[in-house]
This record gives sequence, C-alpha cells and structure tokens, in this order.
Amino acid sequence: MRVRGRFRTAALALAAGGLFPALAAAAGEKQEKLVHVADTRGLSGFNLYFANLYNTNRLLFTLEAILLTIVMGVTLGYLMDKLVALIGLDLSKRDVKE
Amino acid sequence: MDFLTITLPISGVAINPLLLVLLGVAVGVLGGFFGMGGAWMVTPALNIFGFPMPFAVGTDLCHMAGKSIISTRRHAKFGNVDVKLGLIMLSFDVVGIEIGARVVMLLERFGLAGVVIRWVYVVFLALIGLLVFYDFAKRKQMDKVGEDDSKSAITWHETLHKIKIPPMVKLPMAGVECSLWLPATVGFMVGILAGFLGIGGGLLMMPALVYLIGCPTYVAVGTDLFTIMLAGFYGAFTYGIKGRIELLAVLIMLAGAAPGAMIGTIATKYIRGYGIRLMFGATVVCAMVSVILKQMGWSGAASWVIMTAVTAMTAIVAIGMFKGAAKELRAKKVTHEPH
Repeated sequence: MRVRGRFRTAALALAAGGLFPALAAAAGEKQEKLVHVADTRGLSGFNLYFANLYNTNRLLFTLEAILLTIVMGVTLGYLMDKLVALIGLDLSKRDVKE
Repeated sequence: MDFLTITLPISGVAINPLLLVLLGVAVGVLGGFFGMGGAWMVTPALNIFGFPMPFAVGTDLCHMAGKSIISTRRHAKFGNVDVKLGLIMLSFDVVGIEIGARVVMLLERFGLAGVVIRWVYVVFLALIGLLVFYDFAKRKQMDKVGEDDSKSAITWHETLHKIKIPPMVKLPMAGVECSLWLPATVGFMVGILAGFLGIGGGLLMMPALVYLIGCPTYVAVGTDLFTIMLAGFYGAFTYGIKGRIELLAVLIMLAGAAPGAMIGTIATKYIRGYGIRLMFGATVVCAMVSVILKQMGWSGAASWVIMTAVTAMTAIVAIGMFKGAAKELRAKKVTHEPH
C-alpha cells in the first residue's frame, strides 16, 4: 500500500510539474532554477575562465573562488595598512577605554 | 549611469558596479566597527538589486569572509581577537545552527515558519536593544558618581563566572577565566537562534560576548569578526558547491569593503566602548522596526528604514574615525615641532 501511495504521489507530481507546468507554477511561489548554467557567450578573459569553470567543475570553481577571496582580502588589508601608516596613524595601541 | 551597467557572468544579473562598491563600503565600515558580518543588510540589498535570493545569500557569505579577513587582521594587531574563545564558541555554534535550522523545517511543515521567525526576531532585537540602552543609562549613572570606568554596568558575566564546572579555561585576550562550558553553552544558544532566524549570528554574538562572557567591547568585536570569517568561508564553500556565488560581485564588493573595514576598525580606536554599544543598540532597533514593517506588508518602508539606518551609521562611524585621526595627527605634529 505504501509503495502504491508513493507511486501515486510521484505520478501526481509528474502530472503537475511535467504535464501542467503552468499549474505547478501557479501552485506555489516562483521556484529558483535547480541547475544554473553560466552563459559564456560574449565573455572573455577572467570572466570567461570562471564561467567555464563554473559550468564544468563546481568544486574547483568554489575552491578557486575562496582562494581568490582570501588573496584579495589579505592583499587589500595589507595595502590599507600601508596607506594608513603612510598617513601617519599609530595602529599599534588604543587610548580610549570602555 | 546606464553606461556603467555590467552583466555579471554567472548569475546574468545586470547591475551598476558602483552600487556594489558603495554597499561594500557601508558593510565594511559597520562590520569592522560593530563586529558583524552584515548579512541582515547585504542579502536584502543584493536581492533588491536583482540577485535571486540564493545568489544573494551565497555572494554575501563569500564577500563576508573576505571582508572579515581585513577587519580581523586589523583587530588582531590591536590585540582584540581571542582565538581560543572564538574557536570554542564557533565549534558549539555550528551544532546550534543545525538544530535551529531543523526547528525551522519543523515549523515549515505546519506553515508557520515565516510568521514565527519574524516575531521571534523582533522580540530578540527588542530585548538586545533594551539591554544595550539600559546598560548605557546605568553606566552614565555610574559615571556621575565617579565609579571606575573600566567596570561594566551589567555584570551578569560575574555571576556566570562563579559556575566552576571543570575544565576551566583562561582566555587571555578577553581577560576572562571561566568554565569551558560557559562559552560553549553561549555559542550553542547563539547558534540555535542564528540557525532559527537565518542570520549570521554577529548581531547576537557581539552582545552575548559582552554581557554573558564578560569581554571588553573591543575584544567582543574582534573575536566576533574572527568567528564570522570562519563561518563565512564555510558558508561560501557550501553555497559555491551549489553554484550560488557570483564571484565578480564578491570581488567588486571587496574592493569597497577594504577601505570601509579599515575605517570601521580604526574608528574603534577613537570611539569609547560604550559609544559602540549605544550605536549598536540604535542599529538593532532600526533592524527591528524594519522587520515589523515587513511583517505588516510594507516592504518599501522596511527597505527605506534599513537603508537610511545603514547610511546614517556609516556616516557617523566615518566622521568619528576621521575626527579621531585628525586629532591624533595634530597631536603628533605638535610633539614633533621644534620649541
């Protein structure tokens, strides 16, 4: 009975989602796309590389994205430190209290 | 300004990059100053800019991690980061987040998730706001009678420190010695709430570190940023695998967040801890009003309140930082001038 019930649910879902997509869409909120593919037409250089990586190897894309974020965060932090030191602010101590 | 509009390569969203830079600056300033990831302002803002919600969350998490590197690095140099405390709290926080998320799933089955979450959020924001303002008023009274200004007005942490269940831990940067179970329990509870409310947790972690653990405000801000950084990377990984990160937007926002985070972090050098707490309380109240407006169906007004609050707070923090820096530079000039 349980298997039959499941089959009926699957059939109904197929009917609602596959055969009557408008009905399925109207049934609830707008759904996000489950599989997203980046459109690489018209892209070049950095954007093309990462869009291709996104489409072909999600794990590598994620790792490279995180690595790039870390590198950019550290580099920008370092540059900002240099800039502040150039202005002449002392960032090694704090005078104000709670 | 249409000529500046670019189409982001992965999500396909068309956007003016200046908007992303400005958002990065604002969240950098407030994040570095309050010790927050700022998901409560960035995610809805990206959504308003046209990002589908999952992309808004994933992009925000990745940017939050990068931005927190800049702020945490700076705070660490000030001696504001207690790594041991951060790691203890984070490891119990993630367990709590999972439980909180499961409670949401349960509520969703009964169709109650949206309403319950929003009202619990309002109640907690109201409580935090009240607590901060009460603390500030009490501290003012203590100042009037000339009490030691290094003492906190609310001393719940002193009572909690009396619980001596082993093992005990020394947290040198926070200047606290307590049972390991105190930060563990606090981290766990914050995690449940963060998972339940669907927020990063900085909004809850910062006051919890101050009032329950007994950290000085600066250490609470720095340690909070450290945990946000680690949590952000975990979030970026999981959303990246699901393909919901717009890398170009992350990098553009980071370019704005870098000077912003610097301004916010350096501002903590010139503004007293209680000033930070007061401004934090005001921000929390604005966030609460925004959630109430959203609950009443006034989404436009809700966005307006949050954007106005973010802009005003960013301006106040930036002015405080520039004023403090100018004063310091003038003082240096006077010392170096030949007599």
